[in-house]
Amino acid sequence: MTKLNLDANILRPDDFYAELIAAHEGLSKAESDALNARLILLLANHIGDRQVLGQALAAARKQQHKA
Amino acid sequence: MTRAPAYPYIRSKDQDCATPARHPVVVVGAGPVGLTAAIDLAIQDVPVLLIDDNDQVSHGSRAICFAKRQLEIFDRLGCGAPMVEKGVVWNLGKVFFDERQIFEFNLLPEAGHHRPAFINLQQYYLEQFLLERLRALQAAGRAVEIRGRNRLVALSPAADGVALTIETPDGPYELAADWLLACDGAASPIRTKLGLDFVGRVFEDNFLIADVVMEETPDMPVERRFWFDPPFNRGQSALLHKQPDNVWRIDLQLGWNIDKAEQSRPENVIPRLRAFLGPDARFELEWVSIYTFQCRRMERFLHGRVIFAGDSAHQVSPFGARGANSGIADVDNLIWKLKLVQKGLAPASLLESYNAERVAAAQENIQHSTRSTDFITPKSEISRIFRDAVLDLAEPYPATRPMVNSGRLSLPTTYEGSPLNGPDSANLPANTRPGAPMMDAPLAQGWLLEALDARFHLISFNCKVEPPSHLHGLDLHHIALQTDADGGDYLRGRYLGTAKAAIYLVRPDQHIAARWENYDATELAQALARAIGREP
Repeated sequence: MTKLNLDANILRPDDFYAELIAAHEGLSKAESDALNARLILLLANHIGDRQVLGQALAAARKQQHKA
Repeated sequence: MTRAPAYPYIRSKDQDCATPARHPVVVVGAGPVGLTAAIDLAIQDVPVLLIDDNDQVSHGSRAICFAKRQLEIFDRLGCGAPMVEKGVVWNLGKVFFDERQIFEFNLLPEAGHHRPAFINLQQYYLEQFLLERLRALQAAGRAVEIRGRNRLVALSPAADGVALTIETPDGPYELAADWLLACDGAASPIRTKLGLDFVGRVFEDNFLIADVVMEETPDMPVERRFWFDPPFNRGQSALLHKQPDNVWRIDLQLGWNIDKAEQSRPENVIPRLRAFLGPDARFELEWVSIYTFQCRRMERFLHGRVIFAGDSAHQVSPFGARGANSGIADVDNLIWKLKLVQKGLAPASLLESYNAERVAAAQENIQHSTRSTDFITPKSEISRIFRDAVLDLAEPYPATRPMVNSGRLSLPTTYEGSPLNGPDSANLPANTRPGAPMMDAPLAQGWLLEALDARFHLISFNCKVEPPSHLHGLDLHHIALQTDADGGDYLRGRYLGTAKAAIYLVRPDQHIAARWENYDATELAQALARAIGREP
């Protein structure tokens, strides 16, 4: 089974983070939500592997933000 | 409008019997499922009485979409050809979101099949063709009878049969049945009278279905069109389908909080249709109905001598054409088993496999139906956000198009893990594994499925075998095929794969029971015993 990579894997992470935030610039909350949804769908399709996607869903769901 | 009865009430001699007349099988409900059951029983030499409280074929088009597998079943019953001839064949589906077409798909089935993926045909035509077939069988001397305006008002099940009270224009009479088939629809009076469960999920939504007759519609080609959130029905969905005789099916989602009676008045329906069809469209309203649908099923379809099939046993949303199609598949699965049990050739426990296989099929249909409904009508804010994202991305990229769910169209169920399934051989193609329906293929003359009737068949590919023609008291019909003949590529691809030879044991409902690469008489005998419920 392919394991979800939970180690750091992105080169120049600060640049990516800035790009992610910049993509949302000037968008309303609804537009931002829609962008996030499109992004998730495109990335999920790129990954394709249902086992990896399942592990990502579980990992994200487990780590709920505690207010 | 008064129509001549299709099967008028005629007084039966059973109504003058001192003791109730006993029938091997009584089928209640002359809709598509009950008619199919009666025809199959007649073909398989089981005397059958079909009763209905009405005397007409369906009012309104209702079920309009019949799938390839069901057409193959009707072919086996001898009435597929007139349906395909009258029906509208369609392959193209278009999906719209807001004001634009976001993509189209072609359902064009793979080559090498006799029947198309789907035809559209009004339920009243389907029932008429079935009724004609039933009459032809009757004229040929088969023990099949249909009684109009015979309403079941009471029943009392016992271990060896069911006592029935039937109401007629001449008053009530009593009947006895060894077996009772409840094909009496979603509101099944039999299910209610027996106090049986029917649980599931009601979807809080209403849909307006309208059939309109439009002459001269050159710009409206034969295709299925589905709209998400169109300008003419904001926030809701719409569906357009063509039927024979220039009749178009329009399906508009209306939302939950509406006054149903008010909304189905022509003065409210016509403006909606005009907004959809355009100001210049000339159309006549043929039939209109508002419905709220449910996805639910009975826990068991088999209750002693009372057997449920079709809508009485399970209900789904209309997206996907899984209602009538699955009911027809129910009786295709049931009738050969009932025949063997009724004639003492198989233990009564064989009928448990009807329950197991068709409950699994209903479960599969309900899952597809529920998912389509959740996509068409998102139930939460985040669900709508993802739904819209899928649709927005579908226009420029193929990536999310397979997720667009406007109904997953009916396909036959493979009976995975059925107690009737026998040995498999891992080298042979997955699509024709035990439990799967046979796939059609062209032969040197005609089609593979045309060569199959209601017997068990042993089909050998590229090998010389001499199986017995009778086994366990049943006819076993041997068909020997060679893949070097015409159409051999399809046969090879569907039944051999990389193997040189194969032997398939096929049930009367054209589902595969077992398969081997080498013939072994002992294994065949065991597999057939298993397929008729004689082995654990």
